[in-house]
Amino acid sequence: MSEKKILEDRSLLLNRRSFLGKTALGIGGAALASTLGYQYFSKNEKGKLITTTGYGTKGELDSLHFPAKAKRVIYLFQSGGPSQLELFDYKPLLNLRRGQDLPESIRNGQRLTGMTSNQDNFPMVGSLYDFKRYGKSGAWISDLLPYTAKMADDICIINSMYTEAINHDPAVTFFQTGSQQPGRPSMGSWLSYGLGSENDNLPAFTVLLSRGTGRPNGQPLYTRLWGNGFLHSLHQGVQFRAAKDPVLYLNDPDGLSKNGKREMLDHIASLNDKQYQEFGDPEIQSRIAQYEMAYRMQTSVPEVMDISKEPDYIYKMYGSDARKPGTFAANCLLARRLAEQDVRFIQLYHMGWDQHFNLPSAIEKQAKDVDQASAALIADLKQRGLLEDTLVIWGGEFGRTNYSQGLLTDTNYGRDHHPRCFSMWMAGGGIKPGMVHGETDEFGYNITKDPVHVHDFQATMLHLLGINHEKLTYKYQGRRFRLTDVEGELIKDILA
Amino acid sequence: MKVILRYCKFVHAFCLLVVVLLVGCKQDKTHSIAGDLIFSEDIPEKVDFVFDIKPILSDRCFACHGPDENAIEGGLSLHSAEKAYEALGKEKNHFAVVPGSPEKSTMIERIFSPDPNNQMPPQESNLFLTEREKLLLRKWIEQGAEYQPHWAFVPPQPQDTPSSKDNNWEQNKIDAFVLATLHEKGLQPSEKATKEKLIRRVSFDLAGIPPTLEQINNFVNDDATNAYEKVIDHLLSTDDYAEHMASDWMDVSRYADTHGYQDDFERTMWPWRDWVIHAFKKNMSYKDFVTYQLAGDLLPNANLEQILATGFNRNHKITAEGGVIPEEYRIEYVEDRTNTFSTAFMGLTMECARCHDHKYDPLSQKEHFQLFSFFNNIPEKGLLVGAEDIPNPVIMLSKKEVEGVLNFINFSKSKSDKIPVMVMKDMSQARETHILKRGVYDQLGEVVEVGTPTALLPFSDTFPKNRLGLAQWLFDDKHPLTARVAVNRMWQRMFGKGLVESSYDFGNQGALPTHPELLDFLALKFQNEGWDMQQMLKYIALSATYQQSTKTNANLLERDPENQWLARASRLRLPAETIRDQALMVSGLLHKEIGGPSVKPYQPEGIWEETTGGGGGTTATYIESTGHDLYRKSLYTFWKRTVPPPSMMTFDASSRDVCSVKRQETNTPLQALVLLNDPQLIEASRVLAQNAMSNKKGLQNQISELFEKATSRRPDEIELKELSDFYESSLLKIKTGEIDSDAFLAIGNAPLTVNIAKEPLTALALTAHIILNLDETISRG
Repeated sequence: MSEKKILEDRSLLLNRRSFLGKTALGIGGAALASTLGYQYFSKNEKGKLITTTGYGTKGELDSLHFPAKAKRVIYLFQSGGPSQLELFDYKPLLNLRRGQDLPESIRNGQRLTGMTSNQDNFPMVGSLYDFKRYGKSGAWISDLLPYTAKMADDICIINSMYTEAINHDPAVTFFQTGSQQPGRPSMGSWLSYGLGSENDNLPAFTVLLSRGTGRPNGQPLYTRLWGNGFLHSLHQGVQFRAAKDPVLYLNDPDGLSKNGKREMLDHIASLNDKQYQEFGDPEIQSRIAQYEMAYRMQTSVPEVMDISKEPDYIYKMYGSDARKPGTFAANCLLARRLAEQDVRFIQLYHMGWDQHFNLPSAIEKQAKDVDQASAALIADLKQRGLLEDTLVIWGGEFGRTNYSQGLLTDTNYGRDHHPRCFSMWMAGGGIKPGMVHGETDEFGYNITKDPVHVHDFQATMLHLLGINHEKLTYKYQGRRFRLTDVEGELIKDILA
Repeated sequence: MKVILRYCKFVHAFCLLVVVLLVGCKQDKTHSIAGDLIFSEDIPEKVDFVFDIKPILSDRCFACHGPDENAIEGGLSLHSAEKAYEALGKEKNHFAVVPGSPEKSTMIERIFSPDPNNQMPPQESNLFLTEREKLLLRKWIEQGAEYQPHWAFVPPQPQDTPSSKDNNWEQNKIDAFVLATLHEKGLQPSEKATKEKLIRRVSFDLAGIPPTLEQINNFVNDDATNAYEKVIDHLLSTDDYAEHMASDWMDVSRYADTHGYQDDFERTMWPWRDWVIHAFKKNMSYKDFVTYQLAGDLLPNANLEQILATGFNRNHKITAEGGVIPEEYRIEYVEDRTNTFSTAFMGLTMECARCHDHKYDPLSQKEHFQLFSFFNNIPEKGLLVGAEDIPNPVIMLSKKEVEGVLNFINFSKSKSDKIPVMVMKDMSQARETHILKRGVYDQLGEVVEVGTPTALLPFSDTFPKNRLGLAQWLFDDKHPLTARVAVNRMWQRMFGKGLVESSYDFGNQGALPTHPELLDFLALKFQNEGWDMQQMLKYIALSATYQQSTKTNANLLERDPENQWLARASRLRLPAETIRDQALMVSGLLHKEIGGPSVKPYQPEGIWEETTGGGGGTTATYIESTGHDLYRKSLYTFWKRTVPPPSMMTFDASSRDVCSVKRQETNTPLQALVLLNDPQLIEASRVLAQNAMSNKKGLQNQISELFEKATSRRPDEIELKELSDFYESSLLKIKTGEIDSDAFLAIGNAPLTVNIAKEPLTALALTAHIILNLDETISRG
């Protein structure tokens, strides 16, 4: 969809929302709303009544700050901290100086985690896997990622990410919410709040989880990572699961037929409406609308989750894992299906990237879990014309040290957490394809060019969606909060 | 405090906007057009600093011209008269605010400036002033630019009760205050709620459960003048009351059964929760209730109960993530205690003063760390190593201890003989407290002594310099916030929102009280009459204001959409816990056992397992409770912080990550899914139907009973017909096999009554399920 079209659509929707918002205060407004769809009433941060429309919410922003390059985001979060040194940041020096102690001048006071702070020395170690150059930019990509490598001309690799946190919980929380301490809304919630949803039948923010084979009992996740914080709970991430209930409580009770269910809903609506006639509380109308929405979700969610009719060539692209529900590959395929349904923020979490020990064998498995499907997702979006307005993000919460944690042998080593530099890639929706941004020193320890802070990354993501990160705020407990807290600068070089 | 509050006329602006939109104007322009046309008429004769001006200055100016001395731009502060009147500039030749002379005041020039480079607030701040706000500021300066202290930092003042306007309506002084305001707004109170609605409302508000059919019947037929009062007195005497009050306190105290953070190991704080129930049951005064929790261990000859109560301060999260620096997290815990103290008891956002002086309130970073130092003296660890690590200081409780002074603890189901409960115990030598620069744990600044924010009340030399002294300071007669914040939360509980809507923030950025005189009156009454919570709740419940009907109409909705002025009662959705408890109660499934280890009712399969990292010990896998423990009140549901009970979270329960004094109230499709499909609700419907079929003959009677149990009133003929029609239609579907009754009836562990025919039971269970889904059923009415 062209930019112009996107903006036009938004303004149409906004007018509809505004219109309803302003008439919403009387019964007439409520009646009108119920004839026009699933609008209902809630309060905005100023305590004023506004209409929203369940998952059809049109967002808090009256207009976009910039023309949007992306309409939606697929975030392939690699939880645990993938090693940049085995994947994207090629450092032959570390192989040459294998086993030598990391010079103090390079470490330069960097804080260590409790896991290596007692280590006597810090033996440097290079990647056991080779790197080659790919694409027009000649990006270095590891042999662990053959499929990703083929997409080198479509992605933008950033080798100069850095963060403030050095442990998983605060670091993942920082990436997702802009703050290390829990309690703020997740980025998907911010987007749902700011931009609303383009789909009346699905949540604007969906979450898919998978477990890595490299470390099956890897770092845990927490539901607050996709929590709405202080925003309205309509903006919380809704987990789509590879389980009997694809969304919690979605399935009808055993024994009940579809007709029976429909009839139930009709009677509930009719009795609720009778209450509304007597008491005049607009919340009752809203309740009726939510039941209808729930009913539609019972169709729309299983539909979107049903990948059985995907053709064989698709499975060939994503790999055979895609046939197994709950794998990263299956989730990538689902992500594409959700993107086709205009779901605003599709967040995948792939666990298991925390390679303190046995890194070579574990990371090989982890890479195999994700490589083919991540690349396939790009290709698939591209062949459907969706890549141009879908932003795809691949990365974890921090990087890993250039020295070995634990014993370094010929075939084995581990790496501790490293916040000072790590790699991510982005593709699609307004990102310059086929480039590498940022550089680290030859030790792969410090950034030497174009550092990108987590808040910069967040500001850039919002920018691509048409939002000035300083202007998407929510006033809570007297203070205006935003995703980027008080920082964040646009990474101009990577914009298309 | 005598102030005039005006009804904001934004409603009219909205109507105008509709017209404007219809003729196709751009929305961003309409805002100021509407502002000019409408709001300029609405400038009061005499501008009030506290109510008209300070909210503007605080929200739009203080970020750069406020109490944070390090953030002051252009040398100008606007938070005090003295600073605002100072000469500015190199030459000291201009003034932002010249009392009486708006034309000489650069502030006025700047805010009205058409030049974007000169305009205040500056564009990059993303803040702006409406036309009305600019006019207010100008008029304020014209009238002398008078400053007054923030209303909430001045102790509550005795109030004259407004003279009675309606002797027939008013039940107590609350009503006189409310009615005076209503008349000012040209509004009238609503009729009284029906007796059925009233007993339902007060039962939920005070005891968290619906009235039984017998209770409804007795009340409806009791013509005594004190019939309603008897209901209240009974409710206040029940265990249900104590449990319901405790349920609220779980949010405030951020209670949980796990440590939070990534591995999220189990902790055993439930004996502390049992103490909370006990304290409410015996109607402990608010003063003792709070003092025990803050400083029970420091009371002279502290007993085990008083020490146990201090567990309040230890309910914060504790990390067990291997790599962290313990001191960094220890600082977080002390911060959490400090912030919880401030939010829970003073309605202040103290965390804002951690990294710098508060941007809006007169709380300096130094004062933040002075307050912090009260909570900084226990020998605690920042990092737990594994599930079995004991988070000292603790008291080890065993069966023996709980037979004496702690006999309120339900130890019968404890899995171990001795369990550790975290409490407070100061080290003999107090830890040195530093100001932490930018709030960072290892950036030590100046050393500070214990102290409290001077803008509130000085910390008297007569108070001991420890948490006990802090409690004494908090309950000093002159403390401006303690009683107000407490009565405001009780009001919130009974009306859905406080007289100060931002019950978490009484500072400059918080909401203003809608009824300031009433708030002061209640605060002083509470403070002077023994901090008696039951008495205060009863007083509120007895008011005519509380007893009004919730009926509303277009006019009332337009005049007062948020029901600020209380010309009706608000129709409130039940809290998460109560929705489930009601279903258990009306079906007869509820097992009324008080206290003990938390239990694990039905929960969707796999949700703990799919996020766990294999650590977590007892919290890696969800093992559902058995027998009665499936049907305990939701207060006792095991709270795993990183994966809290999803059905409760869907209904806006607090995550228990931090102190929370007010929940959201949302209405979402996920809520509909829970009510429609949660096995707990299906099972309750089935058992409800079983019981109705055993109790009553005839379909109409059975449906009527179901309906009344769930809504506290009998259905009318239309409703009865609607439900009977559904019953008949369902029965047909069951007979034709479209609905599979065996499958449906198998949901839930409660046994099926053998001598009831399955087909009619299924039809009636489905009918009951409809009733449990009604908006009326999940509302207190």
